[in-house]
Amino acid sequence: MAIVTYRDALNQALREEMQRDDRVFLMGEEVGIYQGAYKVSKGLLQEFGEMRVVDTPITELGFAGVGVGAAMVGLRPVIEFMTWNFALLALDQVVNSAAKMLSMSGGQFNIPIVFRGPNGAALQLSAQHSQAWESWLAHIPGLKVVAPGTPYDAKGLLKSAIRDDNPVMFLEGEMLYNVKGEVPESEYTIPLGKAQVKREGDHVTIVSYGKMINVAQQAADLLAKDGIRAEVIDLLTLRPLDSETVAESVRKTNRAVVVEEGWEVCGIGAQVVDYVQRDCFDDLDAPVLRVHQVDVPMPYAKNLERAAKPDAQKTVAAVRQVLYLE
Amino acid sequence: MARTRPPLPAPAEASTPAKKPESSDDAALRLSLLREMLLMRRFEERTAEAYALGKIGGFCHLYIGQEAVGAGAISALRPDDYVITSYRDHGQALARGLSPRSIMAELFGRVDGVSKGKGGSMHLFDRNLNFLGGHGIVAGHIPLATGVAFAIKYRGGDQVCLCFFGEAAVNNGAFHEALNMAALWQLPVIYLVENNRYGMGTALERASSVNDIAERACSYDMPNEVVDGQDVIAVREATQRAIARARGENTPTLLEVRTYRFMGHSMSDAASGTYRSKEEVDEYMKRDPITLLRAQMEQRGEWSDEKMAAIDAEVRATVEDAWNFADESPEPSLDALTEDVYVDTTSDTGTSASTGER
Repeated sequence: MAIVTYRDALNQALREEMQRDDRVFLMGEEVGIYQGAYKVSKGLLQEFGEMRVVDTPITELGFAGVGVGAAMVGLRPVIEFMTWNFALLALDQVVNSAAKMLSMSGGQFNIPIVFRGPNGAALQLSAQHSQAWESWLAHIPGLKVVAPGTPYDAKGLLKSAIRDDNPVMFLEGEMLYNVKGEVPESEYTIPLGKAQVKREGDHVTIVSYGKMINVAQQAADLLAKDGIRAEVIDLLTLRPLDSETVAESVRKTNRAVVVEEGWEVCGIGAQVVDYVQRDCFDDLDAPVLRVHQVDVPMPYAKNLERAAKPDAQKTVAAVRQVLYLE
Repeated sequence: MARTRPPLPAPAEASTPAKKPESSDDAALRLSLLREMLLMRRFEERTAEAYALGKIGGFCHLYIGQEAVGAGAISALRPDDYVITSYRDHGQALARGLSPRSIMAELFGRVDGVSKGKGGSMHLFDRNLNFLGGHGIVAGHIPLATGVAFAIKYRGGDQVCLCFFGEAAVNNGAFHEALNMAALWQLPVIYLVENNRYGMGTALERASSVNDIAERACSYDMPNEVVDGQDVIAVREATQRAIARARGENTPTLLEVRTYRFMGHSMSDAASGTYRSKEEVDEYMKRDPITLLRAQMEQRGEWSDEKMAAIDAEVRATVEDAWNFADESPEPSLDALTEDVYVDTTSDTGTSASTGER
């Protein structure tokens, strides 16, 4: 298998799907001539032309709506948000138009659209540019929400997202774009709505997704040095959430920790804990703990930002707590 | 603070059509537009009654007074063109050819409604007629119209998209974002402002720094026109000019169509008394679009009381039939509650996999 960056894996997925289906087009800020703010769309303008790789003004609400309108009449837009932080301006189109159109039209108009871009914090970008929006999006019936953490998953899931006939929110990570990993040269897709056991273990289950799956893996490495065998589950899709794969693991390990990038209150982890307490009440040997961003707007100072973010050490501490080792 | 109130809308010079030779087709057109407006009027009157009886719930916005706008503009479209509108959508749906039965059943929240009872008054859709809703967030659907026009251009088609919204929507960012892109990308779309002078209870001059909405188009170097919205023929002809620009030149247009709603904003709002006086409403009602067209027809000798009585009886019967149909239509089954939230298809397997247009 080839070793490919997360960025190039996404680029391959876009290119292959645009070659496969001429209804697919990419629209957003700087996707064309600039080759993408994070170079995810590198080369696509040259290959597909300006009708299919469309540079927009800085007008998130507007071009999100343009995407939904085009999807209503048969196109399959991929709308890039330079980051999900800016997508907040477009949330009316995501929620009120994309998510609800099928239901409020009595099943007449499905919206096959992908909204994608980097989500969550990078480095020292401060409060307005460092937010994880997945719990906002996953709250909405009618949307699917996907958050891959590796190049392999990014490519396979983006291809599935583009082929899906529903609106799919695709959450990438600025700090992931340079991460390298194995990606097959032959065609493959990864189904939406299925979690993966990324590492097997029988002492504790660590549930995570997106960028934080790498944190969970680091924590599992550290724990292994102390003889603790953690099972790591990557949710991959946050809506619909594959609670069954989580439950199967917890029934085996009897303990769980959920790691997420966002804030605590009403976070994805809260939803996972709810599933676990319902599905595995009699299997649990300890309360399920959560690792998440500290409940503050992200600060700029390097030390404060580091303290605010979830990391492997915090995850190890939570695991030790559910194992009653602390 | 408030600006001086502009005078009552007069037929705008720009919309005065060039004189054409009359033909029997013109007489037939007037008759069909009269019938259509009368259908809207009777439909909305019965809708108000049904609402009072509790057969219709939620928000419900009547089109009475504005009939010439929907009838005139939609009459200029081809069947394969697209229509998208806001929540005051009953009249436009009728003009586009949605059946009175399926609309009334939707208002009643019944399974035979156009949107299976899931949408209600504000969300009428008909895919077969390219009627793209019925949208409830002020200005939220204007970018969708730009997107529909983008798709037309993308496919190399020659359709147009006609987008209705009220004058209050022009103060919303979505309006500006959508018009900027349509002008920038030269898209075949017509933005039709139904300027009925009030965004709910807030008068235009209390909400907009510019009283002439058409001037807003200058920001986007977009053709624009002020139209007398009580004159159905003037609306039709202005829309035809805009369609010609859209189809032929991929040029969008902003039409400011000046009209007036004779009823309250919604069912909980009295026609007058708080934000507008009875005298004002009475003054505008002198320019009832149905009366004005009737006067034109009388002048041309196309009017007879007997013929009109027959048409009115036929329209009333149609609406009565729609009411009865809606009343007898079952409520949606409880199984429907969780249906149509997602489709379980992909472009490998789905019904939308076939290439080409919807």
